[in-house]
Amino acid sequence: MGYGFLTVYWRDMIRFFRFKTLLISSLLQPALWLAFFGIAMSSNFDRLMAGMPVPEGAYAVGYLTFMGAGIIAMTTLFTSLFSGIVILFDKNWGLMREILASPVNRNHIIVGIAMSGVTKSFIQAIIIMAFGILIGAAFFAGYTPVQIVIGVLGVLAFVAMFALGFLFLSAAIAISMESPEGLQGVMTLLTMPIFFASNALYPIDTFPEALRIISAYNPMTMLINGIRYFAIGPDFYALGQHYLFTPGEVLLSFLGLVLFSAIMFTLAWWRFRRAVVT
Amino acid sequence: MEQPGPGSDDTIIRVENLEHLYGDFRAVDGISFTVKKGEIFSFLGPNGAGKSTAINILITLLSLQKGTATIAGYDVTTDAQKVRESIGIVFQDITLDRDMTVWELLEFHGRLYDMPVKERRERIDELLILVQLEAKRNELSKRLSGGMKRRLEIARGLMTRPKVLFLDEPTIGLDPQTRMRMWEYIKNVNREGTTIFLTTHYMDEADQLSDRISIIDHGKIIISGTSDELKNTLGRDLIYLDTDNNGNAMKLLEQVPSVREITAKGNRIALMVNEDGTKVLPGIIDTLRNAGIEISTINLKKPTMDDVFVFYTGSELRDEGQAPARQIFLRGGR
Repeated sequence: MGYGFLTVYWRDMIRFFRFKTLLISSLLQPALWLAFFGIAMSSNFDRLMAGMPVPEGAYAVGYLTFMGAGIIAMTTLFTSLFSGIVILFDKNWGLMREILASPVNRNHIIVGIAMSGVTKSFIQAIIIMAFGILIGAAFFAGYTPVQIVIGVLGVLAFVAMFALGFLFLSAAIAISMESPEGLQGVMTLLTMPIFFASNALYPIDTFPEALRIISAYNPMTMLINGIRYFAIGPDFYALGQHYLFTPGEVLLSFLGLVLFSAIMFTLAWWRFRRAVVT
Repeated sequence: MEQPGPGSDDTIIRVENLEHLYGDFRAVDGISFTVKKGEIFSFLGPNGAGKSTAINILITLLSLQKGTATIAGYDVTTDAQKVRESIGIVFQDITLDRDMTVWELLEFHGRLYDMPVKERRERIDELLILVQLEAKRNELSKRLSGGMKRRLEIARGLMTRPKVLFLDEPTIGLDPQTRMRMWEYIKNVNREGTTIFLTTHYMDEADQLSDRISIIDHGKIIISGTSDELKNTLGRDLIYLDTDNNGNAMKLLEQVPSVREITAKGNRIALMVNEDGTKVLPGIIDTLRNAGIEISTINLKKPTMDDVFVFYTGSELRDEGQAPARQIFLRGGR
């Protein structure tokens, strides 16, 4: 049973492209965030920041560019966390019994779902980056073609690792729960602190100490650091803050995400092994 | 009723002393049975009798707690993988993805079981003809009728040419016409050589379809045999009586030689008789009249599967919340 995960992946992709409304809205939603929240906020922030001097020769980026990285992360978070719902529906009314009673190894179910989740996040991230550039975000500004390729791959690597962690978490919760409403509640509860206790929309340096520490260890912050490093650059000013990333720090963020995903995989693996669906 | 000895080649399912507890509740309480290659075998029992638990253990969805079970020679605990490759399953509830087409659902199943492309495509074509769904090949499953969904699930269960097909309440919720057609499909599948294990709480289903039936209640097998064997245990004819003094009537009728067993059901008395009921009846009437007992109704009939079921489980349907209230007066050693 070497390719069970491909079967699960194939089926998930059929569903992803079948629901045109869902597909389009899932792609449109982040774009709308950028278009409305991004442009509205950046017109204010950029006016406020106009008085704040940026050191001579330093590279300053507008708010749209800054929060664009946050929107990629936010979209990845939502898509990954809510992907568990299909597992719950499968368990209650769908194919889960068929799959669990088949010779396919249960890890393949997790891997297949993870692959499709990552694919969806890739599609979304690429669309947000393209749309962001279209409305004026300075992603990959001044990059050579080779640097752009490296930049995009870097962003996707971070997105993948982060998405995996939350996909596994979502799968673990979904297989353990009975009702879609309950799952929805738990997910909504989770997204709030993860999203706002991060550097998605604002710098975390000015947070109160406790919140700042939580935010620094938030996988969301690690992801956003990676995206900004690859899409904007290692050294820039935004919102009056100096952002300087050394390759070592970025690698550390990536390893943090690897660790997070590994823990979440273990959790999912444990929940799936014990899952009884009759 | 006889079970083949160990090592006989035609046994495909062998279960010994199977037990399963949910907390303190004994869902399956020490059942043993065998199913022979090529037969249609039914578990007949009221809802909550333990049928689904037993089937879920056999298909490896529930882990076995106590006892042994082998399918096609593979142990469900130690060779679960082999068991899974040897069986097909139609679950009690519909387990289809509403948003996938008929073809996709079968293709998905074939892929899950690692069937080579060519084989699985050919098999899909074959099965769609068998269950008469060729015209619905590209229809989303949510647009199918209840009967079509069931047929699709049967086709799916047969994709891998399983040695045994498990059907858990295959016609639940279907209208009578569709049920009868479903039985035809199941018989066709069986004729092509697939052993069928089905659970049902419909007497007619067990009666019409099965080569052998085990009546199961409260987690125990109460009696097993062919439909005729089971009916014969109730004697040649059944006589239902209602009198103004059922208690005395029962005592008197115990003395009548051709009466095998007397049971009280509600306000009726059921007599099982070993001889032609029409010949026994006048004697019974005389006996009661002579004792001054008034008979208000008499009914004579051949035992049906319903009678067998009611006799052995004590109630027609557990759903109706009727406590199994029955008294059996046994004559002779049984």
